[in-house]
Amino acid sequence: MELFRSTSIDWLGKKWYFLGFSLIFSVAGLLSIAFWHYIPLGVDFKGGTQVRVAFAQTPNEEHIRAAFDKAGVHDARIQRVSDPSGNAANKVIISLPQATAADNAHDAGREGVEGALKSNYKDSAFTIEQVDIVGPTAGKQLQKQAVWATVYSLVGMLIYLWFRFELIYGVAAVVAVFHDTLITVGAFSLTNQEITLTVIAAILTLIGYSMNDTVVVFDRIRENLALSRRESLSDVVNRSINQTLSRTVLSSGLTFLTVVSLYLFGGEVLHGFSFALVIGILIGTYSSIAVAAPMLVAYQDWRGARGKRASLPAAKKVRT
Amino acid sequence: MGKNLTGKTVFIVAVLVVFLYGIFGIPHGGLKQSVLNRIHLGLDLKGGTHLVLEVHVAEAVGSETDRDVARLEADLQKAGVTGATVGKLDPTGAPAKITISGVPTNKVSDARGVFTGNDYAAYDIATNADGSTSMTMKLGAIRDLGIRTLDTSIETIRERIDKLGVAEPVIQKYGLGENQILVELPGVEDPGRVEEIIQSTAKLSIHAVIGTPYESEQAALTANAGVIPPDAMLMHGSVSAGSPDQVWLLKRVSEVEGTDFRDAQPSTDQNGRPNIHFTLTTEAGDRFYKYTSEHSQSSATPGSMAILLDNKVREVASIQSAIRDSGEITGAFTKPQAEDLSLMLRTGALPASISYLETRTVGPSLGAASIRQGVYAAIAGMAAVMLFMLVYYKGAGINADLALMLNLLILLGFMGFSGATLTLPGIAGVILTIGMGVDSNVLIFERIREEMRSGKTAAAAVQQGFGHAWITIVDTHVTTIVSAAILFLFGTGPVKGFAVTLVFGLLANLFTAVFVSRTIFDAILAKKERGAALSI
Repeated sequence: MELFRSTSIDWLGKKWYFLGFSLIFSVAGLLSIAFWHYIPLGVDFKGGTQVRVAFAQTPNEEHIRAAFDKAGVHDARIQRVSDPSGNAANKVIISLPQATAADNAHDAGREGVEGALKSNYKDSAFTIEQVDIVGPTAGKQLQKQAVWATVYSLVGMLIYLWFRFELIYGVAAVVAVFHDTLITVGAFSLTNQEITLTVIAAILTLIGYSMNDTVVVFDRIRENLALSRRESLSDVVNRSINQTLSRTVLSSGLTFLTVVSLYLFGGEVLHGFSFALVIGILIGTYSSIAVAAPMLVAYQDWRGARGKRASLPAAKKVRT
Repeated sequence: MGKNLTGKTVFIVAVLVVFLYGIFGIPHGGLKQSVLNRIHLGLDLKGGTHLVLEVHVAEAVGSETDRDVARLEADLQKAGVTGATVGKLDPTGAPAKITISGVPTNKVSDARGVFTGNDYAAYDIATNADGSTSMTMKLGAIRDLGIRTLDTSIETIRERIDKLGVAEPVIQKYGLGENQILVELPGVEDPGRVEEIIQSTAKLSIHAVIGTPYESEQAALTANAGVIPPDAMLMHGSVSAGSPDQVWLLKRVSEVEGTDFRDAQPSTDQNGRPNIHFTLTTEAGDRFYKYTSEHSQSSATPGSMAILLDNKVREVASIQSAIRDSGEITGAFTKPQAEDLSLMLRTGALPASISYLETRTVGPSLGAASIRQGVYAAIAGMAAVMLFMLVYYKGAGINADLALMLNLLILLGFMGFSGATLTLPGIAGVILTIGMGVDSNVLIFERIREEMRSGKTAAAAVQQGFGHAWITIVDTHVTTIVSAAILFLFGTGPVKGFAVTLVFGLLANLFTAVFVSRTIFDAILAKKERGAALSI
């Protein structure tokens, strides 16, 4: 059984469609980040208290809020836990802002929540399953760590690609990766899901994955460029993509299968993490073909239009 | 080819056995138990509490210089220098700086002799414009003190937690910040109780009380003409449950520090009231004797002493009689209070106070649910992938599936051997490895198909396939391993677990996808006729 025997799709010809598609999602994400949900940060970065409570019966959010108000716990955000497998139907996540986790009254928020529920919520019994309290010092530290990890990752990738290929390949790959990250973070903003440390880990992983995918295509482009001196760059790139299409779709498809399995069955705690991977794998594969490759050609054409020597070994496009 | 093939097969089976051992050890008590013995579960899977504390090391500097102030006064007296004032001009802003002024001009050289003595080697001496001398603790000494304080804190907390019987606690320096300690307590799910336990290792000292308690800081200031002398300080506290918060004027330099206690036991006095019987170290005993004989009830200046716990007044007790190194602390203790306080004194108090920066607790039910769901997802994912490979690549699909299973075993074996911790993201890492691992196989198989399409024989196609794909496989694995390494360096517990399983999985994959798959192909080809087709 073979799905992609010998395709010969003109990928570069479709680049405007790709650009349009990417723009729609990028802009939607950006708009949401700027105006709608902003970037929803988890307690790891925002600081504060987060308590995951499991109720014996379906929780009534109105009553929960009333219970809090009665006990003087204000500014609580109450969210139902989303979990595709349905296991977390009666669970609620209660978030309190940073002020409740000050360095000298660290436990105040959690005590407040527990006390309020114990004394004022009468609908059903409950257990506290998970508590996260992040003080302002710790929050800042974790933010710094996340930023440094991302920066180092990207710089590392760039250097590695510069080593293995030429700078333009590295830049094209990094642009593709930025595109992926933007759309993923935009997706989180659009669906109002929190970005926690594990989500950052997922994003860094998908950066690696997207890079992989791009490298496979670039490897083939380089191989073909060395073999044929008569074709234009566009033709070589198109051919390379078609040749690697089988591998790309299959491999992404299989990884996507495992990640979807994680999303559907992996449970509520990994929910954000698996969501990032699901989006990331799709977009990562797409970007190698739709963003990185066209960028290579575009840069080449740009240099050609300015009269500079072509930096990639390929003959100029034969005009007929 | 024959001998080579047998050798390779034996090698692969040996690897399998070794890594099976890694997972199960010598199994006894059932397979599941054996696995759990070998593979450590993270807190997010086992349930437990993770705490990050910060030790206020600057306080230790303050206490140390306070003690040196007292010592300087005594030494100056001994050297015959009278009339000098020793103190800290700015106790909060410049805790490491002692100023000595008012030294009579004929005693300057004697004073100098004291300053430059061995006891004060940690200080830099400077003369000020107004003729006074400043002694500032050297930066190196401050840093050393900080390190010592942190180490002592870790030891004290460890002892305290040991006494409470928590299994396999982790107490260590925390890499992310300055002077921070990480405490992980598996099985403890109530953060309130835990913080109490650790809070009980707070900083303890005994100070002389000046005068009577005041209602508030304002009242204390007015009573002292608006100025608190530099060698005293105001402290809040309430001496028994329910009594209102009061403010005491205490001498800044402590008479006894937590580290001076050698032992403390709860007991009862002759009226049956709970009290604490304590023993001090010899050196502290001498100091304490001097202080208590000067201020006992029968002396000219009777006084009381206050027990400060974490910068709050906990008990105020009157000094019944001179105490050398063993005596009783009587106050309005309840029996549990007496026991708690004795425990604190016995195991040693922290040299500085602590505050909590981060708390994470996972209940055991959530942990167990996470494991269950993670394993389901892994099985579902693996089954889907294996099925697809079989259908798409037929015979070669079996090859890939075998390699995949071996991959998983080696990955888990690595975890068992290295003692690395398996966290929930770690399970996700295993699942991701399944997907990425099979990618290598796809790469090779697609290349083989391409070569066969262009007319090569099965054997040549296999050779070309592995040869060409090798570089790309290495490329993709290296980039992901670098990514994982960065995650390991910058991530906290659960994320580190993810990085670890990802790296192990990819390393295992380099072995199985290339070496093992190749061997299986070679074995199949060896059995076929030249030019026969390959099931791929």
